Amino acid sequence: MIENHLSLLIVVLPLLAAPIVAVLPNGRMPWSISTLVSWAVFAMACIQLINVSTGSVISYELGGWAPPWGIEYRIDAANALVALIVSGIAAVTLPYALKSVEQEIPKHQHSLFYAAFMLCFTGLLGITLTGDIFNLFVFLEISSLSSYALISLGKQRQALTASYQYLIMGTIGATFFIIGVGLLYAMTGTLNMMDLSQRLPELYEHRTIHTAFAFIMVGFALKLALFPLHLWLPNAYTYAPTVVTVFLAATATKVAVYVMLRVIFSVFGFTFIEDTPTDELFMILCVVGILMMSFYAIYQQDAKRLLAYSSVAQIGYMMLGIGIGSALGITATLVHLFNHALMKGALFMAIGAIVYQIGSSRIEHMQGLGKHMPWTFAAIVIGGLSLIGVPGTAGFISKWYLVLAAIEKQHWLIVIVILAGSLLAVIYVWKLVEVLYFKPADESGQTVSNQLTSRKEAPLMLLIPTWILVVANVYFGFNTELTVGTAEQAVKLLLPSMN
Amino acid sequence: MTELLFPPGLVLVLGALLMPLGLKIRNALIFSLPVICLALIWSAPAGYIVTLPFIGFELEPIKITTTGKLFATIFSLMALVGGIYAYKTANTLELTAAFVYAGSAIGVTLSGDLITLFIFWEIMAIGSTLVIWAARHEAAYRASVRYLMVHLFGGLLLMAGIAGHIVETGSIRFEALSLQSVSQYLILAGFLINAGAPPLSAWIADAYPEASPSGSVFLSAFTTKTAVFTLLVAFPGTWLLIPIGIYMIFYGIIYALLENDMRRILAYSIVNQVGFMITGIGLGTEMALNGAAAHAFAHIIYKALLLMSAGAVLYRTGKRRCTELGGLFQTMPWTALLGIIGALAISSFPFTSGFVTKSMIAQSAADQHLVIIWFALAAASAGVFLHAGIKFPWFVFFQKDSGMRPPEAPRNMLLAMTVFAVFCIGLGIYPEPLYAILPFAVSYEPYTAAHLVAQFQLLLFAGLAFFVMLPMMKRTLTISLDFDWFYRKFLSATTRPGISLMQVLNRLVNLVIKKSWQTFQATFNASRFSRYHLASSWPTGSMVLWIGVILGGYLIADIYL
Repeated sequence: MIENHLSLLIVVLPLLAAPIVAVLPNGRMPWSISTLVSWAVFAMACIQLINVSTGSVISYELGGWAPPWGIEYRIDAANALVALIVSGIAAVTLPYALKSVEQEIPKHQHSLFYAAFMLCFTGLLGITLTGDIFNLFVFLEISSLSSYALISLGKQRQALTASYQYLIMGTIGATFFIIGVGLLYAMTGTLNMMDLSQRLPELYEHRTIHTAFAFIMVGFALKLALFPLHLWLPNAYTYAPTVVTVFLAATATKVAVYVMLRVIFSVFGFTFIEDTPTDELFMILCVVGILMMSFYAIYQQDAKRLLAYSSVAQIGYMMLGIGIGSALGITATLVHLFNHALMKGALFMAIGAIVYQIGSSRIEHMQGLGKHMPWTFAAIVIGGLSLIGVPGTAGFISKWYLVLAAIEKQHWLIVIVILAGSLLAVIYVWKLVEVLYFKPADESGQTVSNQLTSRKEAPLMLLIPTWILVVANVYFGFNTELTVGTAEQAVKLLLPSMN
Repeated sequence: MTELLFPPGLVLVLGALLMPLGLKIRNALIFSLPVICLALIWSAPAGYIVTLPFIGFELEPIKITTTGKLFATIFSLMALVGGIYAYKTANTLELTAAFVYAGSAIGVTLSGDLITLFIFWEIMAIGSTLVIWAARHEAAYRASVRYLMVHLFGGLLLMAGIAGHIVETGSIRFEALSLQSVSQYLILAGFLINAGAPPLSAWIADAYPEASPSGSVFLSAFTTKTAVFTLLVAFPGTWLLIPIGIYMIFYGIIYALLENDMRRILAYSIVNQVGFMITGIGLGTEMALNGAAAHAFAHIIYKALLLMSAGAVLYRTGKRRCTELGGLFQTMPWTALLGIIGALAISSFPFTSGFVTKSMIAQSAADQHLVIIWFALAAASAGVFLHAGIKFPWFVFFQKDSGMRPPEAPRNMLLAMTVFAVFCIGLGIYPEPLYAILPFAVSYEPYTAAHLVAQFQLLLFAGLAFFVMLPMMKRTLTISLDFDWFYRKFLSATTRPGISLMQVLNRLVNLVIKKSWQTFQATFNASRFSRYHLASSWPTGSMVLWIGVILGGYLIADIYL
């Protein structure tokens, strides 16, 4: 009985949890309920992934209305994988949140914080699982609005500006998206993605369709922070509370990349894209973005900001896979989407542990901390190696597939850019390692903004989630059955013509 | 006969990770791991293969070949003797890193496919970087970063090459490759960077001398020789390798003669010796390949011996420049004697290991009637004697009396050196066991009268030349400039331009935005819309502008192009 409704439960459970959490008294209750919900959702996402891993598709009719009239939830290998990432990251982030939130957010806001977190979680899952393009917009707004609220809770005053900037940009993005959807609806009279994909081919020549696509593409390029539309991202990641940064960095942009993938390959079809300048545009923007953003990352003075710029560069890798547009390219995109969530999650958590101990994410305040916080330091090193793409880590698998895809299509320039990008990654990861380990500890106690400064290892509540992700980084560097296997299944569905 | 299922190299790599658990465990591991590894290597016959599926390929993590076995053997031996030399003085980080490094080098020699090879290759780069770091001083940190960048760059070339090779041929087998397209050239370049080939030869002399005394012993053995191994397997008889090898031979000699730092002298001589091996691989006959493999085997032993004696001197005196050393034979007689044995071996003095191996390469050049190459190799032999055979022991142990009276090297160091010295002389007198494990059958007799006479003459005249020109050879306090100076300066010099370039970029972007915004505002203010307040601060405005640019640009491109 309940299995049949799993597809919906994944989304509805956190949605129901949000108002409950909001009215609970501030204490540990909101946290424990959110954590339990995230674990339950994670378990359900695992089951769903197993169900679709053979290549089958689960279609769920919301309220018993058959698609295309009713809203359809459509789960295949691609979005089951993304749902797994989102729920998995939430399931490790929430245990981490207890200590971190207690320190960074005033007590009277705790239940509201967790409620917003649950809403954001709902929104991201909804975007992922829905098969209806207007329903997608609704969830997009849920996740966006809650993430503006979450970012603005940051301790520094800049968090408000950062959140406001994101609000402006996010709203423009969402508006563009809905304009595009409106145009599509006007032309086809349907909002169901499968239905759209069947009706669109005969309208390919129509300018309205091209305009609709342009609006949707630019809208989501904003949400996924494709260079040069990334300007909101560094500020948002830097000033948001640690937990929010971890969660958004590992999931929000990934979900947006997934939508791009879905819209391009499932709704419009790659034959349509090939006639437009989209693939060339992506490739140019990604190439410039990877190089410039990695370069910017090197010169950052704040660890969170450094990782944020590196995220923008990494998004370039994912979009390159879409731009290449071959089966290997999409595999690379999906695999990197998964792996990048793991590495950035681990890295932001480790930096968060440092922030928890010393109250600052400025790099110069971290001198010599590696010796006092060996486990956190080791997590940064392994996460960093994965980011660089060293064999034996998850990052290598992504890089490998991307290079294969580029070589297969004879894009030698892109091969060079990918490789140069990982050399730049060495430099910025090294920058963190050098300060943490090789700079002498400044014992005189440089005036860190507050008196929390303690040079001890972070509490286990922060270390264990960090290390779960670190171990996952290594595990998925060797066992690629889940990542590559699922991605290949997804490619079969996204690119039916290739088989 | 037990089934060998676990790669012997991984035994070292994983075992090494247990070292930080405690001093006793660490020391037990240092002596047991290499022995276990050696036993595993020899427990399987040649041609033994284990396969493992990974990202859609059948990997061959263990493939025993005669060549691979030869290199794996000397690598494990090196790990063992290096461990004996280091275990009292080196810190745990260095030993752990050194064993990971040694293990991954063994992994490379026993890998049957390019992906396994690449994975071990990268672990090797990280392990060796950590060995340099472990010296824990500022110069070592700096050197290790430069070292890492060179190696990761090489690794990236290799990765691109391997990926291309797989896409083109569909084969991941690690076997003789023909240079037919860009991919194979990239693989070749990746290998050559690790071998210290031009134009990136400088990393050896830049990084190795900055490691701790024991660290440089480990470093001298693995990276370059693994590269020799891979070249030997993948590119035997590639003509291109001959000029590269000859260049390296003379590059090493010239810089070593100019150098003042004793460990840098030895580092340059690594380039020089690897040059001999690469020339041998380029010649590509069975005897030349045998010579290259045998020379790598012998070279690891005597170069480690030389660096061990230099390390002992550094450990006891804290000095590394030839100008500051001298006369040490009085209080460190054993170190001096063992160092001289190493020096004789590197100069291929008869009855040492260098004599029976290097001559194979020269002989195969002669057999192919490549006169110029033969002459170059002969001249280079004299040069080796000059820079490593005489210069190193003379300036360190004899020459003027520096007045220092350091105690003799610690007993464990002497033991390690003795083991290798015995190997140097043992292989020189009785080379048959080494010849027996070479890749091809050997029918070479090193001890002919003509050969002995020729070699003695060569060494005699080289020695004479050294003492005649001694006043010119006296090193003043100099630092030789090498190619690495360029990228060293470049790296430190880029920080500032990097930041200013970023600022310029930002300013340029801002300027463009500002101008267009001002134009817009001017027209806007003139219009009647100006009465309404538009809330947009600077950066947000620039983002919106970008959206406009992308959307507009895209639509125009889509509809009109």
